[in-house]
Parts: sequence; structure tokens; C-alpha cells
Amino acid sequence: MGTEKSKADLLPGTLDMLVLKTLTRGHLHGYAIAQLIQQLSDDVLRVEEGSLYPALQRLELNGLIEGTWGLSANNRRARFYQLTAEGRKHLSQESARYRQVTGAVARIMGFA
Amino acid sequence: MRAGGSWQRFRRRLRYWRDHGERHRLLWEEMAFHIESTVDALVAEGMSEAEARAAARRRFGNMTHKAEESRFTWIARWINDGMQDLRHAFRGMRRDAGFTVFMIMIAGLGIGASATVFSVVNAMLLRPLPFRDPGSLVWMGNIDSWTATQPEHFSDLRQLNRSFTDMAGWSAFYFPGDKQLTGAGEPERLTGVPVTGNFFAVLGVAPLIGRGFTQEESEGKYASPSAMLMSHAYWRRRFGEDASVVGRKLTLNNKPVTVIGVLPESFDFASIFAQGTSVDIFIPWPLSDPNKPRGNTMKVLGRLRAGATVNSAQAEFTALGKQLANRHPERNALEPHLLPLAERVSGRVAPALFVLACAVGVVMLIVCANLSNLQMARWSARQKEMALRAALGAGRWRLLRQMLTESVALSCCGALLGLVLAIAATRQVAQLRAFNLPLLESVRVDGTALLFTLLAAVGAGVVFGLLPAWRVSALTLSGELQDGSRGSSGGRRHAWVRDGLVVAELAFACILLVGAGLLIRSFVRVLEVNPGFQPERAAAMRVDPSFRITNAPQQNVFLDELLQRARSVPGIAAAGITDMLPLRDDRSWGVSGKGQIYQRGHQPEAYIRVVSDGYFEAAGIRLRRGRAFTEMDRWASERVVVVNETMARTLWPGQDPLGQSVATDGGRRVVGVVADVRHTALEATGGLEMYLPMRQTGDYAAMQLVVRTTLPADSLAAGLRVALRAVDPNLPVKEFQTFQDLVDRAVSARRFLVMLLGGFAVFALVLASLGIYAVISYSVSQRVQEIGIRMALGASAGDVQRRIVLRTLGLAVTGLAVGLAGARALSNALGSMLFGVTSGDPLTYVGMGALLMAVAAAAGYIPAWRASRIDPMAALRSS
Repeated sequence: MGTEKSKADLLPGTLDMLVLKTLTRGHLHGYAIAQLIQQLSDDVLRVEEGSLYPALQRLELNGLIEGTWGLSANNRRARFYQLTAEGRKHLSQESARYRQVTGAVARIMGFA
Repeated sequence: MRAGGSWQRFRRRLRYWRDHGERHRLLWEEMAFHIESTVDALVAEGMSEAEARAAARRRFGNMTHKAEESRFTWIARWINDGMQDLRHAFRGMRRDAGFTVFMIMIAGLGIGASATVFSVVNAMLLRPLPFRDPGSLVWMGNIDSWTATQPEHFSDLRQLNRSFTDMAGWSAFYFPGDKQLTGAGEPERLTGVPVTGNFFAVLGVAPLIGRGFTQEESEGKYASPSAMLMSHAYWRRRFGEDASVVGRKLTLNNKPVTVIGVLPESFDFASIFAQGTSVDIFIPWPLSDPNKPRGNTMKVLGRLRAGATVNSAQAEFTALGKQLANRHPERNALEPHLLPLAERVSGRVAPALFVLACAVGVVMLIVCANLSNLQMARWSARQKEMALRAALGAGRWRLLRQMLTESVALSCCGALLGLVLAIAATRQVAQLRAFNLPLLESVRVDGTALLFTLLAAVGAGVVFGLLPAWRVSALTLSGELQDGSRGSSGGRRHAWVRDGLVVAELAFACILLVGAGLLIRSFVRVLEVNPGFQPERAAAMRVDPSFRITNAPQQNVFLDELLQRARSVPGIAAAGITDMLPLRDDRSWGVSGKGQIYQRGHQPEAYIRVVSDGYFEAAGIRLRRGRAFTEMDRWASERVVVVNETMARTLWPGQDPLGQSVATDGGRRVVGVVADVRHTALEATGGLEMYLPMRQTGDYAAMQLVVRTTLPADSLAAGLRVALRAVDPNLPVKEFQTFQDLVDRAVSARRFLVMLLGGFAVFALVLASLGIYAVISYSVSQRVQEIGIRMALGASAGDVQRRIVLRTLGLAVTGLAVGLAGARALSNALGSMLFGVTSGDPLTYVGMGALLMAVAAAAGYIPAWRASRIDPMAALRSS
């Protein structure tokens, strides 16, 4: 139980940022978010899918995203999330910071 | 921006918390949708349904765990855990309901007692006096802290001093019921206090309706005030809070007076300055009027200027006092004695309250020890449950916290009960109007007391829960419980802790018992004191005539007629008149024998009583030498005086006092000597007393008819009233005040302390005996088999009983030894409250020790008796 590596592979706070970024594409439910992250990273980032939900709750509590119930493509009840204005702002701040941090790491490692 | 965000987050959090059940369900649905979607995708890729489902779950992870993790974003984890513990606690309480009710009752009684005592202490010592900026109010005594000051000195001090912004005073020379109010229905006797015009301004008390005294009103005539203020209580009682009474003209002592205002309810003069009486009205006290009472008649207070302290003011006043004494040798002595007003008001009761607070603290400790013991027994029975929880991963800290939550929940339930008890008790206390205690009427459970109760509940819960929780969690985790289920050695260390708790309980109970015993013995001693009069079947009634007596012959006739009528009422054995009642009223003059010269400040002071013939007999004051007053000691006859034994001894040591002359009051010849009467308190000897015949003086403020009855006084009141109407049809008469009431009031503060402390001691004794009973029964129940084997091997029922009772007595003796030593060490604190016994009074120690031993032995005997009934076969088979 819970021994999959994927969670540890992400920097702390990265999951929140990835979720926010994904949601810039529009209304998405949890499953779609997980799928998109996986696809866009070419299957490199495999989120333990369950971990998505506490993250979503946290983001919603902080007012960065907003969830509404709707119907999925195959007519099931699902919860769709969308970015709030505050979420957008938060995302741009976070990605700027992330760029700085990864840039610094890359320079140290001699990648750049 | 930031603050707004966190506020919104907080509101969202609250909302989530409110519908967390619904949110939880929806979250679960959302996660189920995710898994279904994964399953659909995998099936589409060609997996079988069952395989797909398993794979989806694997990819998702532990749903319950995720759901819980999500929930912690809504509710902080500790709240969640706390709620869970609380649920467990209440479930546990319901499971052994009898036990729980018992514990809640014990906690409730303890917390109730604490909250009550706290409320009393709060009202009398902690809460500021109901005046503006009470901290800067200062009381000025003269010579000592209670003697009054001469008004002329007051006027000079008020002008000369630099320490006070202003000084005010009221007359110490007023008596209960010395004002007659007419013009508003039935004539009525009132108690009115003359105050300086600025009195209310200095205190910072504004009238509820109407206004205070004007300059003109406060410079009128002493005998006929033109304005009066009403106390709130009197306004309610007599005028039903009718605001239109302000401005009305009434008649006070046959003189017109205007009601100018009503004082607020918070201003209770009597409860602060004259406990155990009631004050109805306030009238101005014209210091400029030469016809006001002379001598030390003024109680003085002042308000400190910013920057001045009591000490600096004292220095200034000492100097001013000397200066004034030199400038005016004709006046009475002046030695200002300043102390903070609050100290003057409640300083007297502070030591008693301190003792009470300590006592209730000890009671709380006993309660905690008892509950600790019970909780330990209860949790030992639940060790299996604890072990299971520990095995499932609960850490020691978590177990501890759960047990503490349970204890605190219990004591909080107890606190609810305690609060109800405290509210009831404080109501009772506040109604003890006749008690001679300051601020008693303001005793109530207020916000501070509520906070105190909450703290006491949580504190007690932690204190009594900590020890058993620590022990139990330690045992649980160290795995000692496996062998703890049976056998005789099960809880050796448990037993040790338990015994220790019981010994502590007994020791504390012993301390309380000894303290209460010493005070009870003092109380009995006080009641045994010979007050110098016989309170049984003596009663007094105000009988001042409604008309003004203008000359001595008229007064003589009035007295003759009044006494004759009173004595003719069946059931009255003796009747006389006095101006002052013992243990209530006081006034004193400097006295000297004829030809005796005393240095300034060394002249003896004697209490002055103006009495008629028959008074000594009615009050039961013994005549020692010579004769009492008779009807023939009249205005025109020789001026005579009766003195008490102390005065005779002081003025004429070794000589025959009869026939001597006193220089006071124009010179009088001593015709009799009577026994000493205790005036100020039963505990204090009276000092010098001088009785003047009423028919030979006009210098008295009241006429109290004192009767000695052969029937209960109340049944005579109506007959007496009818008889007296013949003398003066408008005579306003109130009920009798019995002399026993006077004595009761004098001992009321002591009685209050004894009642409370005695109650605590009994409660402590009951708790300690319960504690010893619980421990012994528990140890018996743990050793049923051992006892069974002993009996099977031939031990008699008597042997078994003896062993158990001996163990009980062992505990009791240890507790007693510690307790007696502690009591001896602490009893000195009672010091000033003891009377007629020393703090080491052997009788009390031995008696209380014996009582404690007896109760302990009885508490231990019940389980011993039960043990001896054990059927050995049943006991051995039961395992």
C-alpha cells in the first residue's frame, strides 16, 4: 500500500501547480485531470491518482478553484473544476517561482 | 487582500465543517466516478471487468485514506481527534452509567463548593467597590481604624489637606428607625443617614432619578432637613418604583421634606458601610449647624489626588492632626489613621475568606484524589480495550489524550451540576441580610465565576485524570496486562498508587476536620460567653413619641405613662427603656471621677447608656452593688448614675464606688454597680459603661422599650401596640427585635464560617470514607480466590475480617498521622478566628482523629464482612 514511487518524485507543491495548469484548458473532472497530466508528461509523471482528491479539496478550500456538479461524456454525475481569478494569479506566481528554482537546479547540474 | 482571503477561507472552512457529512458523501461519489472511468478505459483496452477494477483501485490508492486526508483539509486534525475522543468518552460513560453518575456527583459537589466560595471571595475581595475609581478612595479612622472624627476637625482637614481632591463624611450618629416618615400612608419608622452634601459626588454615585443635595440644602438645620434621597430598595418597597415620587413633599420627624431623588440599585450603603442593617433614606448633614450632635460623630473618607498615595496622605494627615490638636485643645483628640476604603470594608473578613478558600482547595484535592482512584479502577477494567487500541497503532500520547479527554468531559459534566449548585448556594448566601458581612448582597455567579468554574473543571479533569491515565497507558504498552487479569499480584504497583491516594484523602480530610473542629469549639465557646445580659425572652421595640417633647416634666410624664401601660400588658414581666441596644449601638464619652485629672489622651472612655427604671431587670443585667434606677430618679431629684464593674474598678481602684461622684455630665453620684455587658462583640470585653437615668437627661437619640416576657415576644407585639396607642395614638411601632437576634447577628460571621467549613469537613469525611471503601472492596474483589483458599485451608470468617480491617486501619493510621501533623502546622493560620481554644487544642485533635478512625474502620468493615461471606468452593470454581 502506498509504496508507489510517483508521489515522491514530485517536488512538494508541484502537484497543485500541475492541477492548476491543467485547468487552464477549461472545466475538467478529476479523472480527466489525472489523465491529462499523465498524457502531457508522456507518461513520465504518474500521479497516485487518489492523491489528486485531497489536493483538489485543498485548492478549493483556498479559493483557487471552484467545483460544480455536472454530467460527464458518458452521462455520469461528475464534479467539474475551473480556475478562479485568484487561482490564475496563484498559478502565474507559482510557475514563475518554479522556473527560477528549476533554472537554478539546472545550472548547478550543468544542464543549461 | 491577504486578510480578506483568510477570512473567506475561514468562512468556507466553517461551511465545510457544518455540512461535512454531505461533503464526505460527495467526495466519495467523486472518487467512485474516477475509478469507474478508469475501469471503463481499461475494459476498452481489452481487460476483463474484474481485472480492470482491481487495477483501477491499485492505481487510485487507499480510498479511505484519501478521504480522510481530504477531510483534514476541512477540519484540523486535532479537532477531529478530539471529537472522536469525546464520542468515545460519552460512549464509555453511558456504558457504566452508575459509575459515571457517581463521579459526576462528586465532581459536581466539589466544583459547586469551589464556585460558591469563589463567588463569595470575588464579591467581597476581588470585585472593585461599586464606586467611580474605587482604588483612590481612602478611609480615615481616628486613633484606630474605626473611631469617628469630630466634624470640626473634618472641616479643617478638608480645607488644609493637599492629598485629597475632596473629602466627605456621614454621621455615625444615626440609629435604625430613628426617622418617622408621615404623609405617605401609614406612619413609618425609617433609618436615615445624614451625609455631607458632597458625599455622593466624592464616591462618584449619581442618583438614578432626580438630583443630589444642593449647597443650600446641605447648610440647613440638622433637626429638619429640607431634602432627602431614597435608597433603591426603599423606593421599590414603599413606592413600587414610582418615579413621580421625586419632587413630592412628605413629613419627616414632623418637618416638611422634599424627595429630591432615588439612588441607583448598585449603591447599597448598608452592605458596604453598615452590614446587617438597612438604610432607607439619606439626608443632608449641615456641618455649620451648632445644634448637630457633638463629639466624634463623623465617619470620613476621601478621594486621593492623582499622584498621592495612602502613605503620602498619611504623612500629611499625621502632621495636620498634630497641628490641629495644638490649635484646638478644646476639641477631641485627632490622630488620623488612613487606609484604603476596600481594606476597611472587607479587611475584617479577609482572613476568614482565606481560610475558606484554602478549605475548598483541600476539598477539591480530595475530590480529585477520589475521582483519580475511581478512574483508575474503571480504566483497569478497560485495559483490554486500551491494549487493543495500542496494538492497532495508537501511540501512548494518543491513549493518554483519550483518557484525559474522558476525565475532562466527566469533570465538565460535574461542573454543570456544580454550577447549578453554586447558583442556588449564592442565592441563599446573598439573602443572609442579617449577617454582619460586607457586600453579601452582591454575591452571585457572574462571568468571572463562570470562567473560574470552567478552569476548575478542566484543571480538575486533567489533575485527576493524569495519574491513572499515565499508569494505565504505561501498563498497557509495557504489556503487563497479560498477567494482570488474574491472581493476587495483578496490580501491585496499581495498589501502591491507590493506597497513596487514599492516604492523601484521609490526610486532607483530617486537616479539614481539625480546622472545622477548632472553629466549632470556638463557636461554642463564644455562645457560652456570658454577655452580661440575658438574651432569652428579652425584646426591644422603638417607642419614640410622634410629638416633640419640649420639656423635662413632659418627658417624665410620658415615660411614666408608657412604662405603666407596657407593664400592664399580660405576659410582660418587666419593662424599661434604653437609648442603645447591646451589640448594636455605641457611643462613648471620656469620663473621670470627681477630682481626678488625666493627661490628654489618657482619659478613660466609657460607653454611655441612657436608661429608665426597669431596664436592668428587663435586659437581665445583674445589679452587683447599691440600687438600680427607680421612678423617683426624676428631673428634679438628685443627679445619679450607675456604672459597671469595670468602670468602678478603673476610676476607684480599691475603693467603694458607691457614693463617689463622676465629673462627667455636670457631676453625678454613683448609686449602683451592675455587671459588665459585652457591646461590640461577644468575643471582646465591654470596657467601661455608664448608665444615666433617662428622666434626668435629654441627651439621647432613641427610645427603645425593652421588655422581659413570659410568653413568646411575637405574640405580645399586638397587645403592646394597642396598649401604647393610648399614650400616643400616632406612635409608629415596628416589630420586636429580640435580644436573641442581636446575639445571632453578632455571631453571624462566625456562624457563616463554621457552617461552610463544617460542611466541607463532612463532605471531605464522606469522600475519604468512600475512597477507603472503594480501595478495600477492590482489593477484596481482586483476592477472592486467595481468600477462598485461605478459608478452605481453615481460616475462620473472623480471621479474614481481621486481616482486611487491619489493612484498612493501617491506611487510616498513616493518613491520620500525616493529617494531624499537617493540621498542627496549618492550624496557626486560624489564629485570630479561634476563641477560647488554642490552635493545638488536644481535645479537638484526639476527637477528630477518633472520628476519622471510626469512619475509616466502618468503611473498611463492610467489604471485610462481605469477604468473610465468600463461599470458598464458589470462589475457587469461579475462575
